[in-house]
Amino acid sequence: MSDAALIKKPQDVAPLAEDLVVLSDVNKHYGALHVLQDINLTIKRGEVVVVIGPSGSGKSTLCRTINRLETIDSGTITIDEKPLPEEGRQLARLRAEVGMVFQSFNLFAHKTVLENVMLGPIKVRRENKTEVEARARDLLTRVGVGNQCDKYPAQLSGGQQQRVAIARALAMKPKVMLFDEPTSALDPEMINEVLEVMRTLAEEGMTMVVVTHEMGFARSAANRVVFMADGRIVEEADPHQFFDNPQSDRARDFLSKILAH
Amino acid sequence: MFDFLDLERYDLFGVFWTTIQLTVYSAIGSLIWGTILAGMRVSPVPIMRGFATVYVNLLRNTPLTLIIVFCSLGLNQTLGVTMFTDGDPEPTNFRLAVLGFIVYTATFVCEAIRSGINTVPVGQAEAARAIGLPFTQVLGTIVLPQAFRAVIAPLANVLIALTKNTTVAAAIGVAEASLLMKEMIENEAQTIPIALVFAFGFIILTLPMGLFLGWVANRMAVKR
Repeated sequence: MSDAALIKKPQDVAPLAEDLVVLSDVNKHYGALHVLQDINLTIKRGEVVVVIGPSGSGKSTLCRTINRLETIDSGTITIDEKPLPEEGRQLARLRAEVGMVFQSFNLFAHKTVLENVMLGPIKVRRENKTEVEARARDLLTRVGVGNQCDKYPAQLSGGQQQRVAIARALAMKPKVMLFDEPTSALDPEMINEVLEVMRTLAEEGMTMVVVTHEMGFARSAANRVVFMADGRIVEEADPHQFFDNPQSDRARDFLSKILAH
Repeated sequence: MFDFLDLERYDLFGVFWTTIQLTVYSAIGSLIWGTILAGMRVSPVPIMRGFATVYVNLLRNTPLTLIIVFCSLGLNQTLGVTMFTDGDPEPTNFRLAVLGFIVYTATFVCEAIRSGINTVPVGQAEAARAIGLPFTQVLGTIVLPQAFRAVIAPLANVLIALTKNTTVAAAIGVAEASLLMKEMIENEAQTIPIALVFAFGFIILTLPMGLFLGWVANRMAVKR
């Protein structure tokens, strides 16, 4: 699977040293809880950023603010130098360029696997149906579920559903992919098949923001690890440096708890 | 015992045909209007939400007889609304009755669909927004189709209630089943058998409707 190209045109995602997603001074509250505190984060084109941290540290919220599934109280977020629109059609257009993969897959339950992948390009981009179908089948084959096209999501295993969800996001040819704990709802033996697809994607130069608890993936596929705790970015580093020689006490404490076994 | 059933004199099938027509037109109208109302009740626009909430709470708490009588006395006789007829009372009253039933039944359709919307996991709408669908398409292609499948059985209840509610149209002189029943009871002095015949007529209409929609509800259920 890893040798198959998930994206057809590598020039589309040429690794220009250019800032694709920029968050500056982002703050968000849930009532009294300050979930995001002065977040500054820049993601360059083609970069794979893995966000890790304990539960409730705000990492999922951070991921969801990037396509405004969560609103922010202050600060700015820009994608490709354009600030996030508030609401309406412009926001929808921006979301079409940001792929999102959820913890609970969220495949459209009343549509087949193929329809799930085809829906966005047809309804949002108004592309030609025949071309979209060919591309959708191709994408599904590349993520290894090409033979499940006419099934409904409930008939697939969790790992298969998540791979369909990745294909659905890729069908929109996004500039950046957001992964919100993509393997947390999966049985252990299905985690690898999803990570494998993500690793291929990373190798092909897709810009990715991945919230995960998979330290192996962070170590091997990330360009940068962002460690969050209590709504703040505590540490940002190259994965090897972060795992072998964490600078902050909070990160050392976190790593000692998860890497002890 | 059933010798009062003089079909030459009493157009039994004709009046039930009128009942069926009242039901079908009102059902189609209230499904459409009720769906629009449900869309308004979950929309992000405060004015739409407010309008739909006030409308639903006002209309569903008003007695149907009052609404139907208002359609005739208020709309027709005071305001001169003829519902695109030349003023002939026969089609005018029928159409006014259909209007009244739609206005009233749509509130129940709206609330049934809204409860169906609540059965659709939030993640479905989030995923739809995440691929770039605007609100109307999130609702139209993802949320409502799943909501509808979840509320076929409750909608069957609304439809059965509507079928029986059409008897209220007799109040403004629409020649449907209950109007003929009243006339036959006055003429024949056979109250119980006549009532049984009409009750049976309504059961023939509503029982298959309930069974059929129950079967459809099972077949269409969304598997999660």
